[in-house]
Amino acid sequence: MFEIFGIPSQALFGQLLIGLINGSFYALLSLGLAVIFGMLNIINFTHGAQYMLGAFAAYLLLQLTGLGYWPALVIAPILVGLSGIVIERTMLQWLYKLDHLYGLLLTFGIALILEGVFRNYYGSSGQPYQLPPSLSGGQNLGFMFLPNYRAWVVVTSLVVCFGTWFVIEKTRLGANLRAATENPTLVRAFGINVPRMITLTYGFGVGLAALAGVMAAPIYNVSPQMGSDIIIVVFAVVVIGGMGSILGAILTGFGLGVIEGLTKVFFPEASNTVIFVIMAVVLLIRPAGLFGRTA
Amino acid sequence: MANVAEPIGAPLVRASAWSETIAFVIMAGFFIVAPVFIYPVFLMKALCFALFALAFNLLIGYVGLLSFGHALFFGWAAYVSAHAAKVWHLPPELAILTGTAAAAVLGLVTGALAIRRQGIYFAMITLALAQMMYFFALQVPFTGGEDGIQGVPRGFLFGLFDLSNTMTMYALVVVIFIASFLFVYRIIHSPFGEVLKAIRENENRAISLGYKTERYKLVAFVLSASLAGLAGAVKALVFQLASLTDVHWTMSGEVVLMTLVGGLGTVFGPVVGAFVIGAMQNYLAGFGQWVTVIQGVIFVICVLLFRRGIVGEIAHLLRIRL
Amino acid sequence: MKTHARKFAFAAALLMCGAAAFAQSGTQTVKIAVLSDMSSLYADIGGPGSVAAAKLAIADFAKVNPNLKVELISADHQNKPDIGSSLATQWYDTDKVDMIVDVPGSGVALAVSQVANQKNKVFIVSGAASSALTGDKCSPNTVHWTYDTWMLANGTGTAIVKTGGDTWFFLTADYAFGYALEGDTVAAVEKAGGKVLGKVRHPTNTNDFSSFLLQAQASKAKIIGLANAGGDTINSIKQGAEFGIVKGGQKFAGLLVFASDVNALGLQTAQGLTLTETWYWDANDANRDWTKRWQQERQGKFPTMVQAGVYSAVTHYLKAVSALKSSADGKAVVAKMKELPTDDPLFGKGTIRADGRKIHDAYLFEVKKPEESKYPGDFYNLRATIPAAEAFRPLKGGGCPLVSG
Repeated sequence: MFEIFGIPSQALFGQLLIGLINGSFYALLSLGLAVIFGMLNIINFTHGAQYMLGAFAAYLLLQLTGLGYWPALVIAPILVGLSGIVIERTMLQWLYKLDHLYGLLLTFGIALILEGVFRNYYGSSGQPYQLPPSLSGGQNLGFMFLPNYRAWVVVTSLVVCFGTWFVIEKTRLGANLRAATENPTLVRAFGINVPRMITLTYGFGVGLAALAGVMAAPIYNVSPQMGSDIIIVVFAVVVIGGMGSILGAILTGFGLGVIEGLTKVFFPEASNTVIFVIMAVVLLIRPAGLFGRTA
Repeated sequence: MANVAEPIGAPLVRASAWSETIAFVIMAGFFIVAPVFIYPVFLMKALCFALFALAFNLLIGYVGLLSFGHALFFGWAAYVSAHAAKVWHLPPELAILTGTAAAAVLGLVTGALAIRRQGIYFAMITLALAQMMYFFALQVPFTGGEDGIQGVPRGFLFGLFDLSNTMTMYALVVVIFIASFLFVYRIIHSPFGEVLKAIRENENRAISLGYKTERYKLVAFVLSASLAGLAGAVKALVFQLASLTDVHWTMSGEVVLMTLVGGLGTVFGPVVGAFVIGAMQNYLAGFGQWVTVIQGVIFVICVLLFRRGIVGEIAHLLRIRL
Repeated sequence: MKTHARKFAFAAALLMCGAAAFAQSGTQTVKIAVLSDMSSLYADIGGPGSVAAAKLAIADFAKVNPNLKVELISADHQNKPDIGSSLATQWYDTDKVDMIVDVPGSGVALAVSQVANQKNKVFIVSGAASSALTGDKCSPNTVHWTYDTWMLANGTGTAIVKTGGDTWFFLTADYAFGYALEGDTVAAVEKAGGKVLGKVRHPTNTNDFSSFLLQAQASKAKIIGLANAGGDTINSIKQGAEFGIVKGGQKFAGLLVFASDVNALGLQTAQGLTLTETWYWDANDANRDWTKRWQQERQGKFPTMVQAGVYSAVTHYLKAVSALKSSADGKAVVAKMKELPTDDPLFGKGTIRADGRKIHDAYLFEVKKPEESKYPGDFYNLRATIPAAEAFRPLKGGGCPLVSG
C-alpha cells in the first residue's frame, strides 16, 4: 500500500468512486437545467423543487398504491414531468417575450409554493424510503465497500446522460430541437410545431430532475427542503460548465462531484464551499464557462 | 434582429417630478405620525427592509442586473456592526459605518466577479457567492453559529442620544432612511444614473458610445451593496442581534419579492413593497405555516399579471412618475 | 355564565386601566403564548404539537383551579431570531402576554430570553437546546425545561461507555454547536474511561456522508458519535445503513435526535441507534393516556419530549401564578417556580435550580429492530436511566452569574 499526500491510496480510490456517485446527481440536474435553458432560455429555479417532487412521488407511490422503487423509477418522472408541462402551458409560456429574468422569478415563486405545501403536509424532518431489496448489500472491492445501490446510481445516470446527449446531438429529433433554438421562425416554416416542442422539452428536463429525485430517495433524506439545498450548488456547476453544451453540463457535473469528494478527504471543512471557489476562479479565467461560447 | 424582450425595470417616462415631490412629502409625513398608531419596532424593521429593497432596486431597476445574493451584504454588515458594537465597544455611528464599509468591500469583490456575466448568469453567480459566504458565516467563530451575536448594545449616538430609548432609535432610523432615499434619488437622476439606464436598455450601444460599461456596473454594484450593508447594520442595532437568517438565500429572495411587489424600477416601489411584505410577515405569523406558500403565490401573481408592482400600476394609471 | 362574563369584563376593565392583572373577586387572567417553529426545521419537534400540549395543560389546570382564566395564543417565528424577538417584544408590550413557552432554535431562544428579561416577563424554553441558556447567558426570567446540549452529550457519552461502547469516532458538524456537542461528549466519554479514536468535521447541510462514513468505518471505533442535527443526522444514519456500518458491528450514537427523526428514518434504517431523551410517550401508562388525548388534535403523530415539556412547563407556571395570585412581576413568578417543587403526570417530581435549569431523569434508549416493534410509534428499548442529579450540568459548571459563589 502506498500513500498520496498522507492518505492511503486505497482510501483515495474509494473517495474518487464516491465523488463520481455524487457527481451523478449534479450531472443529472445540470443536464436538465441545460436542456431547458437551451430550448426555453430560462433558468428553471423550480428544478430543485421538482427533484424533491420526484423523491416524494416515489414515497407517495409506495404509501398510497404500494408500488415500489422500480415502478416509481418510471412513473414518478412521468408524473412530475406532466406537472411540469402544466406549469409550462399555464404560466411559463406567457413569459417568453419578456426579459428572461421574469422566468427566473416565476420559477422561484413556484419553488417556494411547492416546498411550503410539502412542508405543511409532511413536516420538515423527512420521510423514510428504503433501499430496493434487490440492490441492498454491496461488493467488497478490496479498497472499499461499494454498496450495490451506489453502483446502480452511477451506471444509470451515465446511461441517461449520454443517452440524452446522443438524442440531442446525433438524431434527427435533436437536430430539429437545436434548429428551433437557433431560429424558431424558420423551423416553424418547415411545419414543425415549435411550441409543442418547447413544452415537451420542459417536461423532459423536469422529468430528469424527478428521476434524480427518485434515485436520491433511498440514500438521502426525503424532505421538502432537499431540493433547495442542492439547487444552488447545481447553479454553480452550470456557471462553471457554461450552458452552451449538453456534454459540458454532464462532464462538469461528474468532474465537480469528484473534486468535492477529494476535498472531503483532504480538507473536509471546505467541502461545501469548494465548488463556489472553483466557480469564482473559472469566472476570472474563462468568464463564459469551461464549455461555454462567449456571446 | 431587434430585441423584442421587454427589459426588466421602469420605462423611460419623461415627466415632471412634482408627483415624486408630493409622494415624498406624504411618505415623510407618514414616518413622523406613524409611531403614534403603529408599533415602532415594526416600523423600524420595515424601514430597514425598505432601505435594503431600495439598494436592491438600484441594481435591478436602473441597471437591469438581478442580484440573487443581496443577503450577503445585508447579513455580513449586520455581523460586522454587531461585532464592532459588542466586542470592540465602538459607538453606534462607528459600528454602523464599519458594517457598511465591510459590505462595500464585499460588494467590490463580488461585483468584480459577477459582472463578468450578464442576465441569468449574473443572478446565479450572485446566489452562489452568497451561499458560499453563508457557509462561511456558519463556520467562523465570531458569528456565533446558530446562536448569532446576541445582546448587541445600542449605545449612545455621538455620546449624546441614548438609543435604548425606542423613539430615539426610531428617529435615527428615519433619518438614515430619508438620507439614503434622497441619495439614491440623486444617483438615479444624475448623469451617472442616465448612463446606467442606457446600459440597461442597450449595453452594446452604450459601449459603442464610448462608455466603459463594466466600470459603471461595478460602481453601481458597490453602491447597492453598501446601502444594503447600511440597512443590515442598522437592523443589527435595532434588534440588538445579528443572525444567520440575514445571510441566508431566503433573505435574498425576500428582498426580490419586496421590490417586485412594490414595483421594479420605481422610486417608491421598494418602500411600499417592504411595508406590505413586512406587514404580511408580522400579522400573518399566527398561521405561519403558510407564509412561504403565500410568498410564492405573490411571486407568481406578480410575475404573471402584475409586473409593474403596486407603485408601478398606480403610476401607470395616473400617468405620473413615482 | 352571565356572572362569569361580568367578572371577565371587570378584569378586562382593570387591565385597561393599567391596574393589577387580576380581579379581587378571585378571577385572575393569565396570557400564555406559544412561540414555535411552525413551518421550518423544528416544526415537527415543537410546532403545532406544542400548541396542542399547552391546550391540554390549560384544560387540566382549569379542573383544579377554575378561578384562573388562561388565554392562549401562538405564532410562528419561522426560525428567525429577528421575527422571534419582535414578536416577543410586541406580545409583552402591547398584547399583555405574561409568559412565552417553547421556542425551538437556540438563536431565537437566546433573543427571546433577552427580551423577557428587559420586560420582566417569563420565558420557559422547551424546544431550544443550547445549554448557554442556563450558563453564561442565564436570566432570572428564564427557565430551561426539557433538555439541553450538555445533558444530551454527557448522558449519552457516559451511559454508552458504561454499557460497553468504549471507543468512539465523531462526525461533527463544523460550527459552534457541533464543537460544543463534541467537546461535552468527549469529556464525558474520557471521564467514564472510554477512548476517542478520531473525528471528522463535516460542513452543515451535507448531502453525502459516504466519504466521512468510510473514514469512520476505517477507524474501527465501536461507537460513531453524531455531533450534528436534523437532516445531517438523518443522512448520516441513512447512508450508514447503506454502507453496512451497523451490520459491521459499529453503532451510531445520536447526540441530538428526536422521536420525530427516528420516525423519519424508519426503524429499518435507524435500528441500533442509541440516543438520550427525557421523555418517551410509550414509557408508562400516564404518558400513553396523555398521548391519546394529544393525538385527538395531532392525528397519526407521536409527541416529542419537547411537546411534553411544554405541557409540564405550562402546568408548573400556572401553579406558581395561582400561588402568587399575580403574574405581573416576571422575576417573582420565576422565583416562585423555583421555590415550588414540580410535579406533573409526564415528568413526575422535580425541581428548578437557581440558574433556571429544570431537573429530572433522563433515559438512554436504543431504537428497536423492525421485528421488535409491535405497533406504530413503538420506537425504543430502554437501556439505562440517568438519575436527575447526574443528568444535568453541575450548578457551578455553567458560569451562570445567578449562582452565587
